[in-house]
Amino acid sequence: MGFIKQINSKKIISLVAVFLLFAMNFVMGQSTNGADKAAKVDWTGVGYYILLFFLACLAVAVVGKILKVYDLSLKMQGRKGFNWNGVMGILCLLFLIFGLYGAYWSFTEQGSMSLPVSASVHGVDIDNMFLVTTILTMIVFVITQILLFGFAFAYRGSEKRKAYYLPHNNTIEKVWTVIPAIVLTILVVFGFFTWQKIMDTTERKGDLNIDITGHQFKWELRYPGKDGKLGTVNYALYTSSNILGIDYKDPNSFDDLMADTLVIPVNKSIRLNIHAQDVIHSVYMPHFRLQLNAVPGLPTFFKFVPTITTAEMRVRTDNPKFEYLLYCNKICGGGHYNMQKVVRVVTEEEYQDWIAKQKPYLSDQLKTQLKLAAAKTTGNKEVLLNRLALNN
Amino acid sequence: MSTLAVQDHGVVHHEEGHEHHHKQTFLNTYVFSQDHKYIAKQFLVTGIIMAFIAMTLSILFRIQLAFPDKSFPLLETLLGRFAPQGRISPDFYMSLVTIHGTIMVFFVLTAGLSGTFANLLIPLQIGARDMASPFVNMLSYWFFLTACVIMLSSFLVQKGPASGGWTIYPPLSALPKAMPGSGEGMTLWLISMVCFVASSLMGGINYVSTVLNLRTKGMDLWKMPLTVWALFLTAILGVLAFPVLVAGVVLLIFDRSFGTSFYLSDIVLNGQVQPYEGGSPILFQHLFWFLGHPEVYIVIMPAMGISSEVLSVNSRKPIFGYHAMVYSLIGITVLSFIVWGHHMFVTGMNPFLGGVFMITTLIIAVPSAVKTFNWLATLWRGNIRFTPAMLFAIGMVSFFISGGLTGIFLGNAALDINLHDTYFVVAHFHLVMGSAAIFGMLAGVYHWFPKMFRRMMDEKLGYLHFWLTFIGAYLVFFPMHFMGLDGVPRRYYAFTEFESMKRWLSVNMFITWAAILSGAAQIAFIYNFVHSIFWGKKTVQNPWNANTLEWTAPIEHIHGNWIGEIPTVYRWPYDYSKPGAEEDFIPQTVPFSQTMSSNLPHDFEDNPDGLEEYTEWANTHKVNEEVK
Repeated sequence: MGFIKQINSKKIISLVAVFLLFAMNFVMGQSTNGADKAAKVDWTGVGYYILLFFLACLAVAVVGKILKVYDLSLKMQGRKGFNWNGVMGILCLLFLIFGLYGAYWSFTEQGSMSLPVSASVHGVDIDNMFLVTTILTMIVFVITQILLFGFAFAYRGSEKRKAYYLPHNNTIEKVWTVIPAIVLTILVVFGFFTWQKIMDTTERKGDLNIDITGHQFKWELRYPGKDGKLGTVNYALYTSSNILGIDYKDPNSFDDLMADTLVIPVNKSIRLNIHAQDVIHSVYMPHFRLQLNAVPGLPTFFKFVPTITTAEMRVRTDNPKFEYLLYCNKICGGGHYNMQKVVRVVTEEEYQDWIAKQKPYLSDQLKTQLKLAAAKTTGNKEVLLNRLALNN
Repeated sequence: MSTLAVQDHGVVHHEEGHEHHHKQTFLNTYVFSQDHKYIAKQFLVTGIIMAFIAMTLSILFRIQLAFPDKSFPLLETLLGRFAPQGRISPDFYMSLVTIHGTIMVFFVLTAGLSGTFANLLIPLQIGARDMASPFVNMLSYWFFLTACVIMLSSFLVQKGPASGGWTIYPPLSALPKAMPGSGEGMTLWLISMVCFVASSLMGGINYVSTVLNLRTKGMDLWKMPLTVWALFLTAILGVLAFPVLVAGVVLLIFDRSFGTSFYLSDIVLNGQVQPYEGGSPILFQHLFWFLGHPEVYIVIMPAMGISSEVLSVNSRKPIFGYHAMVYSLIGITVLSFIVWGHHMFVTGMNPFLGGVFMITTLIIAVPSAVKTFNWLATLWRGNIRFTPAMLFAIGMVSFFISGGLTGIFLGNAALDINLHDTYFVVAHFHLVMGSAAIFGMLAGVYHWFPKMFRRMMDEKLGYLHFWLTFIGAYLVFFPMHFMGLDGVPRRYYAFTEFESMKRWLSVNMFITWAAILSGAAQIAFIYNFVHSIFWGKKTVQNPWNANTLEWTAPIEHIHGNWIGEIPTVYRWPYDYSKPGAEEDFIPQTVPFSQTMSSNLPHDFEDNPDGLEEYTEWANTHKVNEEVK
């Protein structure tokens, strides 16, 4: 009988109303995870999860009814109703304990999966600052969460007590305004100088300039040849055989080399000249604590000194297949998630061996094309200039 | 009997007051209503529906992230071409992320939150009959609804909705050929956003003018509840910041449709040299974040105000440091305009500028810290009554702490180099702005439900809803910090292409199940919400024993809020558990002359006559005591 009474018309109507209103959410949210099973156990999987959900709802309803009946019976006996304040206070305490343990577990378990030691000089500064900030914030995190849920537990409501009327206390308010201000000032000052140091990308003698250009969904690299200088680029000169739009009027560009992998010599100052051709991309090399957007029309620069070779890192991480990676970190279209480039840090000798094997952008094919083009349209000033440059 | 007499008297008064009585029709009562209470409900229901849609989208892309290689035939049935062979396509994945972000930030946490509570609470808590301009207020809702419909309709266009991320950075969003979502979908996104900003401005101007002009007798600014302060400052922020977004959006529309190059320069797309010259993509970012950063405070400040009120009422204690709370809100409002550059540290903006923005950004952490400590001090030695609203307010504080602290990392330009656009950022803003703001909103819904719908929500279902959502949200967002620290970028369709990211797959599955759990928990809320609207327990006049004015307004909604004269305000709204008072609350409408035994010298700071009277009373009282 009890059950029949509960299934009254009001409840059914309200259930139907809920499901109609949010039918879309319900169908998608529930049955899609059901579809996980559907691949294996046919369509019954969907029904299985929906059924499971209904059973959970039913369980909740039954427990709710039992609590209500218990509460009423207490009241009928002249006793106080169920003390929900007490229950919630205890739950807050339990949440605090399990939550802090969970945070600790997460720190050890997933925290150990975060990045290994920095492989660049400036990265070490960043890591140090990260450590200091983490320690400071974690102290605040633990204390404030303990106070929050501790107070919630300790001062859970009771009819016997009255709250303490405390509208304000200027001294303590000043204290907790000034202390965060001081701590933040320290962090700001250190952060500011570290940032200025890292972002100083002025070109100095001995820097190895490397051009990296992003386009959907690939990175192109350009190394300077023997002259150590990169030629200028101009997007308007783009052709299918000159995809970077290298300006061959500039003699520096003749020996510019193309490469598949970003190979860099260890302990040498590398200056990345970052370009984009179509949309914004972002050069992200997490192991070097390096990131800068590639913006069409606005070349950007990042200077860094790698300190650990790939071979060394393989030993350190105990992973013989370890590779440093460069990937895109600014949404750039459908292929954004797979725009990677291997970065290999090698010794100076290995680097010299490798660079000697790279081919120049100015291929024979391109040479003939430029000449042909010049021959075809001798009136075209620009191409003519190109040709003149080639004859240098 | 006596109450009846009072009511009769009131009704007469009311009808005298309204000589030009409006004819009540179905259309102007339930659809094109100009009553702020009804508009608040319209905003709330629309906001909740949008929230459920955005949540569903998030579960869809969470499924993709957890099971990148699995095929779900049902998805193809439901989504058609967007999920060929039962797998969400990379482009549609981007659309899901984009629309989820847009709906949550703008439609739920801006309009759904501010729209609902500013409309409901500003007139009721300051003692006004309605908004300054009810008609504009109504327009505000209808523009908002139009924006919602246009945004959702973009799911119906051939190439799918906008997919450049909710920040729609050009050139990606400006070049229709750059990705499918940058076609018609992006056009609809932009139109929708212009409608949205129009709605937001109309609302905002109304809220500001109502607070400034329509306060009842005795309600000076320093007697306003913190909810009103927060909503007032939020509205100012919105009025000043949103027009800049429109400017940015309009220039983007020009670039897309009229061949200008405000944001475009030096572009070669799909092997074709484009004619754009001289623009700067960074310009858009400046314009966007000039709104975008105040926007996150537009989202969080109402939640702060609501939580302050709910924490105070349910701790049965005055809010600690009322003045400090107001000044910190003002501080946040002002500072929020000069920190936008911290979103752009590594976007190619001048590095020196980055250093400056870092300083301003970390300064804004100070008022936020003050607020947190004041909330903790409010709980201290309280007599905490755990209503669902109270739990959500406590949850809001917890999220605000957890998410706010990671802001210190991201606000530091040097640390941001490695964390920018990784899952660390996702974790940060989903805690501090997403979860905290939605918890503030839910606290408001549970707390003011009786005021809106004249009935109570079920407490036990509220408890269930809170714990499942609270734990679920932490399970979803806490592990993401560590993914970010490992350099896992956000907005990646799948992590299977990278050997080093594959090890996060198990964590991703865990997060997805936690998200589904929290999603399912919302069914408890929506059942409770809908059921209580029709069949909940009827409310009493002042269910939470609160001090603020809205609980003196009659339960039955009437146009004009109060029958007869609007009550006069004599005191601040936080006289809870005042020593010497008969009950543990003294409503704002009770004059000090009626509460002599509980008055404090402090209460008469700006009232010398009252102070004199009080000292006199205190002296005679002392003499009487001695005589006894």
